[in-house]
Amino acid sequence: MNKRLIQSKLLYDYLRDPSALVGSVILVVSILAALFAPLIAPQNPYDLKEVSLEPFLKPPIWMEGGEHPFILGTDDQGRDILSTILYGCRTSLIVGFGVLLIACSTGVSTGLLAGYYGGKLDVVIMRLADTFFSFSTTLMAMLMLGLFKQRSILVVIIAICIADWVKYARTMRGSVLEVKEEAYIMAAKATGAQDLRLLLRHVLPNAIPPIFVVMAVDLAVVIMLEATLSFLGVGVPLTEPSLGMMISIGKDYVYAGMWWMVLFPGVALVLLVAGINLFADWLREELNPKIEKER
Amino acid sequence: MAVSFICFIIFRFSGDPVITLAGRYATSQEREMVRKAFGLDKPFYVQYVRFIANAAQGNFGKSYVSRVSAFGLIMERFPATAELATSAVFIAFTTGVGLGVLVSLKPYALRNRFIMAGSLVNISMPTFLTGILLIMVFAVYLKVLPPFGRGETVTIGFWRTGFLTVSGITHLILPAFTLGMYQLAVLLRLTRAGMREVLTEEYIKTAWAKGLSPMRVIFKHALRNVLIPVVTMTGLQFGELIAFSIVTETIFQWPGMGNLLLTSIYESDQPVIVTYIMLAALIILSLNIIVDILYAYLNPKIRYE
Repeated sequence: MNKRLIQSKLLYDYLRDPSALVGSVILVVSILAALFAPLIAPQNPYDLKEVSLEPFLKPPIWMEGGEHPFILGTDDQGRDILSTILYGCRTSLIVGFGVLLIACSTGVSTGLLAGYYGGKLDVVIMRLADTFFSFSTTLMAMLMLGLFKQRSILVVIIAICIADWVKYARTMRGSVLEVKEEAYIMAAKATGAQDLRLLLRHVLPNAIPPIFVVMAVDLAVVIMLEATLSFLGVGVPLTEPSLGMMISIGKDYVYAGMWWMVLFPGVALVLLVAGINLFADWLREELNPKIEKER
Repeated sequence: MAVSFICFIIFRFSGDPVITLAGRYATSQEREMVRKAFGLDKPFYVQYVRFIANAAQGNFGKSYVSRVSAFGLIMERFPATAELATSAVFIAFTTGVGLGVLVSLKPYALRNRFIMAGSLVNISMPTFLTGILLIMVFAVYLKVLPPFGRGETVTIGFWRTGFLTVSGITHLILPAFTLGMYQLAVLLRLTRAGMREVLTEEYIKTAWAKGLSPMRVIFKHALRNVLIPVVTMTGLQFGELIAFSIVTETIFQWPGMGNLLLTSIYESDQPVIVTYIMLAALIILSLNIIVDILYAYLNPKIRYE
């Protein structure tokens, strides 16, 4: 590790902030669990060769009727809950990071252009963004998915991106408008720097920190959104594992007292999202010294 | 207007409604008949002009599935959603702001730390999970509240209300809490942050020094200044509220607009979906205007020319 990082304030603060540590540990554990799901999980719940219908609706192992190796019980199709959660986390994170990547790059570039050049381009982009924004990401994504006829993880990612890029564009534009007026930008301009060089080398790096915070918060939002969409049956197809869909299946069995099909995926989802939120809270305070500590 | 154009284009080109309409096994002759009956044989721009002309008169076309007016279908469901949403906002606003004030007065008291931790869990919990957990606890285990439906309703004019019967109210509690819960946590955090900032201001010290009663200082002098961002947030979240009402209505089988929308999405019933979007846009727009007016009331410094 290089010396600058070790001595930096960022790392110092990070190691002394319990909620940031807890949050990032949860996130890292989930990522690892998702990556190595095929190795850790007792079965692959979506491989028909491994799943038999025999042990369906089994309670967790410590309750009467629980069976090895189904630690957290099984669902109505005999899938192991623990394995499905691990595979579901995988879908959540793929969608989460996929959206982050696409929406962020689209939003950042449109925001950068709109903020820097202003004029008609700015008006058009921002009017569009305002319309999207007042509709809210969730509603927009739902409607988008209502339009697409096929269902796949990629379609879900695209639908969420269409609704989600707006946040980045707005944040980036605001930030660019501020940076644009700084003396060093004028200095760079005075030395005769080209537009492209100005944008990429001077404006972008100075305007981007707020985007990191938006990204961190957004990851949590997108993961929740994917779960919500899958819960409603407009999200990922039935053949893909998803925490939201598990809860949707389990919902019907709640009345019969079979709580484990809802509670375990629910806890997994809340833990994942809360972990990301804790980390995001810390990042927001860290990158913005103007905000008082408790927010 | 822009919204209308975009959604018309999108829905026009997202699959052929004729197949849904005539059924998968219809002959090509039958298909042509259906196409004519719904005006789907005309060129695209003719359809759009007709769509706008009709929409201006409150006529959004007939539902492809149930063959009755899409607008009527939605308006029939509107009261249920409106009652659910207003109750949810009411719960979220009163409880959220109330708890926020309470927590801000003694931020480090143990009880208040619990409230804050609870709000973090709450923010991280999607609406559908809140709903199911509430059903699990109150309907399945404690058996005190009904898990779904709207209960008995009373019809006044065209408005079917659930507010006037005991069964209507008990049916409302769980869905309204579910829908309000997410906003509640957000408002709580916002109020708390704002109050902590305002309470250190000079004019609050002056107010204390004048010997005003705590109630007066907190609610009249401090809270009023905090409410502006809180009201903004409430305004910004109307879109989310409408989206999450879809989720809540699905869980509780609440006979509202959201439930209708979801069924229409499954069945590709385009007129209903388009009408819903237009109506949602209209509602969001008018609520935002109301919020703007509220600003002027809260902060006399803001004046509209």
